[in-house]
Amino acid sequence: MTLKRSAAITGIGELKPTGSAEGKTTLGIWTDVSRQAVLDAGLTLPDIDGLLIAPPITEAVAMWPAILGEYINVHPKYGDVVDLGGASATAMVWRAAAAIDAGLCRAVLCVSGEASDIESFYAPRARKPAAQLPYREFEVPYGPMGVNSGYAQIAMRHMHEYGTTSRQLAKVAADQRTNANANPDALFFDKPLTVDDVLDSRLIVDPLHLYEIVRPCTGGAAMVVVSPELAKESSQRPAWLLGAGEASRGAMLSQMANITTSPIVESAAAAFEMAGVEPRDMDLASVYDCYTITVLITLEDAGFCEKGRGGPFVEEHDLTYKGDLPVNTHGGQLSFGQPGLAGGTSHVTEAVRQLQGRAGERQVTGCELAFVNGNGGILSEQASLVLGTE
Amino acid sequence: MTQQSEYAKPLPRPSELSRPFWDALKDGGLRLQRCGPCDRFVFYPRTLCPYCMGQELDWAPLSGRGKVYTYTVVRRAMIPAFQADAPYVFAIVELDEGPRVPTNIVNCALEDVKVDMPVQATYDDVTAEITLLKFEPA
Repeated sequence: MTLKRSAAITGIGELKPTGSAEGKTTLGIWTDVSRQAVLDAGLTLPDIDGLLIAPPITEAVAMWPAILGEYINVHPKYGDVVDLGGASATAMVWRAAAAIDAGLCRAVLCVSGEASDIESFYAPRARKPAAQLPYREFEVPYGPMGVNSGYAQIAMRHMHEYGTTSRQLAKVAADQRTNANANPDALFFDKPLTVDDVLDSRLIVDPLHLYEIVRPCTGGAAMVVVSPELAKESSQRPAWLLGAGEASRGAMLSQMANITTSPIVESAAAAFEMAGVEPRDMDLASVYDCYTITVLITLEDAGFCEKGRGGPFVEEHDLTYKGDLPVNTHGGQLSFGQPGLAGGTSHVTEAVRQLQGRAGERQVTGCELAFVNGNGGILSEQASLVLGTE
Repeated sequence: MTQQSEYAKPLPRPSELSRPFWDALKDGGLRLQRCGPCDRFVFYPRTLCPYCMGQELDWAPLSGRGKVYTYTVVRRAMIPAFQADAPYVFAIVELDEGPRVPTNIVNCALEDVKVDMPVQATYDDVTAEITLLKFEPA
């Protein structure tokens, strides 16, 4: 099966993240970004016949498609919740394309985001009583710091195996901040950040410093994925799906055979193969960045550099929008903010903006091909995309 | 060690399936399931062997020796009851017999913890009912 050019993203909607909810509700955020995305695609809500939702992390509710569908008067022929953590956004895009390709629907609205902040993000799970989940029985009694400690353990092992340094990891955060400083919609738009600032910030979970860790916040993003016929009628330049791949492994780090190599090896290879292109052809890498180490390992495993060479690679390359390999030109979630699973969507919306030539000051010249990666859990679920202008 | 009345951290709730693991720790030993057909140790306790689909899983003792596969120092706890212990070492130990287990490294200065460091099991009776599997330098 191929999904190459089976669908295109023609509309996006996104809120500027805020540190706290400021009176917003998750349903209200979804409604705002849905309306924006549908209008951006040149459609109306009744045109939408598919609805995919990446669920909020801080609210446990069942049957979201019916709840949002009722609110915005969308009654899909294909509705679902895509529960793959940070990979949900990219996974929604290829699921939408597959549904369109199968003839189930023509225009799929993919929604994400939530009203949350650092306190609500960390608090509810900490207070939940232990259930009979392996994680709760065998890991929580030893005091993990959510997924922060898992990524820290990955970084520690990566340093041990490959000699990666904190300074190399900090370069990722600093370059992405340079990008955010050219993005007025980024949470940290007006705050510069140097490599030394990152290294001087306090250690939270060794070896990760505060500015290497994503900031939970409030916000949302939506995308409209449409059939080739609707894409050709669109007033926007379509961002075509050229390739997609998905791979995953379990939930607990202790259960994974090799924690420093991720399933991106398989998901990215599948996406590039479907698209018939290679990493070196990419004009933009818009890759999930819950932590600095995530970007480094993604660049290795997607094939932008040799395995284990991620540290030197990020030192040798300028990852800013002005550089030789632009990475996360919106600032990445580290500098744009992480509004729940809409953090993952921000990598897609930015790729679409760049491909459509409407990224403003941070526009990458001649951006025709973008690699987008979504990452869920602790380097577990991976959904990779190649998007292009043609 | 820790007094029961003071212990506010999340505790495991042993199930019928996992009870032998927790009972062994309480008795000061480490036991895990071992798969009859493929002879591999399995952690955490399951109703099938994830390697060969076998269901003949019997409990067998382990040496309690291993090495630090990876670790982190948690300086800011997410679970409030752990904050008094911060900074503490949250690690994954690879047992000599193969399985990897989430744990804490104790009786060791933070700066002395290293990846691949040899460690041995130590049994922390955190309440009258529950003993946690921790590790210290071998």
